[in-house]
Amino acid sequence: MNYWPLLGIAIVVIGFARRMNPALVVVVAGIASGLLAGLSLPDLLALVGRSFVSNRFVLILIMTLPTIGLLERAGLRERAHSWIAGLRQLTLARLLISYLGVRQFLSTLGLITIAGHPQTVRPLLAPMAEAAAEKIDPALDDAQRDRVKALAAATDNIGLFFGEDVFLAFGGVLLIQGFLAQNGVELDPRNIAIWALPTAIAAFVIHASRIAWFQRGLQRTAMRNAEQKAADAAH
Amino acid sequence: MLRIEYVYWLCGALLLAAGVFEFRDRRVAQAAFWTILAACFFGGDFVLDADKAGNTLPAQVSGLAVIVLAAIAGSGLLTRKVHDDRDADRRRASAERLGNRLFLPALAIPVVTLALVLLTPYVKIGAIALIDARQSTLIALGTACAIAAVAAMLLTRASVKTTLHESTRLLDALSWAALLPMLLATLGAVFAATGVGDAVAHIVSAAIPTQSRDACVFAYAIGMALFTIIMGNAFAAFPVMTGGIGLPLLIGQHGAHAAVVGALGMLCGYCGTLLTPMAANFNVVPAALLELRDPNGVIRAQWPTALALFVTNLVLLDWLAFR
Repeated sequence: MNYWPLLGIAIVVIGFARRMNPALVVVVAGIASGLLAGLSLPDLLALVGRSFVSNRFVLILIMTLPTIGLLERAGLRERAHSWIAGLRQLTLARLLISYLGVRQFLSTLGLITIAGHPQTVRPLLAPMAEAAAEKIDPALDDAQRDRVKALAAATDNIGLFFGEDVFLAFGGVLLIQGFLAQNGVELDPRNIAIWALPTAIAAFVIHASRIAWFQRGLQRTAMRNAEQKAADAAH
Repeated sequence: MLRIEYVYWLCGALLLAAGVFEFRDRRVAQAAFWTILAACFFGGDFVLDADKAGNTLPAQVSGLAVIVLAAIAGSGLLTRKVHDDRDADRRRASAERLGNRLFLPALAIPVVTLALVLLTPYVKIGAIALIDARQSTLIALGTACAIAAVAAMLLTRASVKTTLHESTRLLDALSWAALLPMLLATLGAVFAATGVGDAVAHIVSAAIPTQSRDACVFAYAIGMALFTIIMGNAFAAFPVMTGGIGLPLLIGQHGAHAAVVGALGMLCGYCGTLLTPMAANFNVVPAALLELRDPNGVIRAQWPTALALFVTNLVLLDWLAFR
């Protein structure tokens, strides 16, 4: 067995650890791994080119950009912001936990492309979460704002990942079934998907608790800031 | 019939427009970057057809294009444009005027996608299906985006030029992060073709004491998570780790329940996906889209959940697979 192509993995790890440009790191790793496996340069170039254009579908997300860009120009984020600010009952934790639940539920039904970072997180969820966080602490700083937005993105990922695996016709379930069948283990997809259910429930409980915890942290700093302000004013 | 190629051509048009706008702003590196990528979108089917017919030259040219794109990305020339916020007052006034109608085109993307996916088997002109069933979700998403864009143009009374300007602004914010998911998929193909996966499975199965059931469970779960972190994709890790450890050791030697091993192995991989910049479209692209100062901000927000879930999966695997 030829172990030299593993150096490609080493290049990826070192490149990311040294914070070099990821696009460059990935291409260098691919070329190194191909050459070390004994591929000729023309074959390697053809392999890279062929795989690249075969994977155009992963960039389909850019189709959402004209809509999102136009709506943002017309004040979509400002609207999302003021709408949330007007809803007294809707706290940051309630907003994100509801989104988590809905996203996870829809994913278990196979409705995966219905939401996502360009479609829902950037134009809607992130500004709403920011507005909800501002209700807790009006003096939100940039670092806190970033953490709120990042938490919104994380919530979308977790809802998607730990919902889709429960869906029968999901690629992952079919991959598991297909791979095991190739190796002589015949299973019904229903039998596989059911075992993803305990983890799905755990994912909801764990992440929802973390969201609640995050909100509590914000409330604490808000209280401290307010006390500080009051103390400063008293001087 | 609506085919996926049409969606790729629309994507190509957006990228080409970005190239033209950047060129007019004398941002040559950006212009070259988006134009080359646009060419890959327009020429992709020609490349694949020629390749199937035995002519690898177009594929080699695309391979060179990939290297040039990576070189531009790595050169540090893709600086983002600084946007002034002079527009803020106009945006607030417009938000006030349009109110909740602003949400409609944004919501149209998921709703129309869903409707088209559900209707795919029924929408026919004569005997010809309107949507190619093999790629129905992607075509539905592309069509829904096009419809939503038209709705947004009507609502905000924007011209085509303004629309393309806005998509260029967002592409500019994404910068090289937009390219990363395609590059990572390519790296996965190269790794598969060069036997990287088999080599990893070999080393792992040689390193663990195979008689111990717990050691095998541990190695499988950690192997799935780690290899996913490296590859950025649990689907790439699954055949490698299940073929190397899951099937021969857990299922074969220790008699584990195959369905449990498959499902929970994949979920261990998903925990890895939450932790790695290699899963670019989930972790790096959103950081760029949300304009976070820290490119790893999303990973920082989700690692505690990932770790807790990994332990949950490990316990569930050990318990449920050997009932």
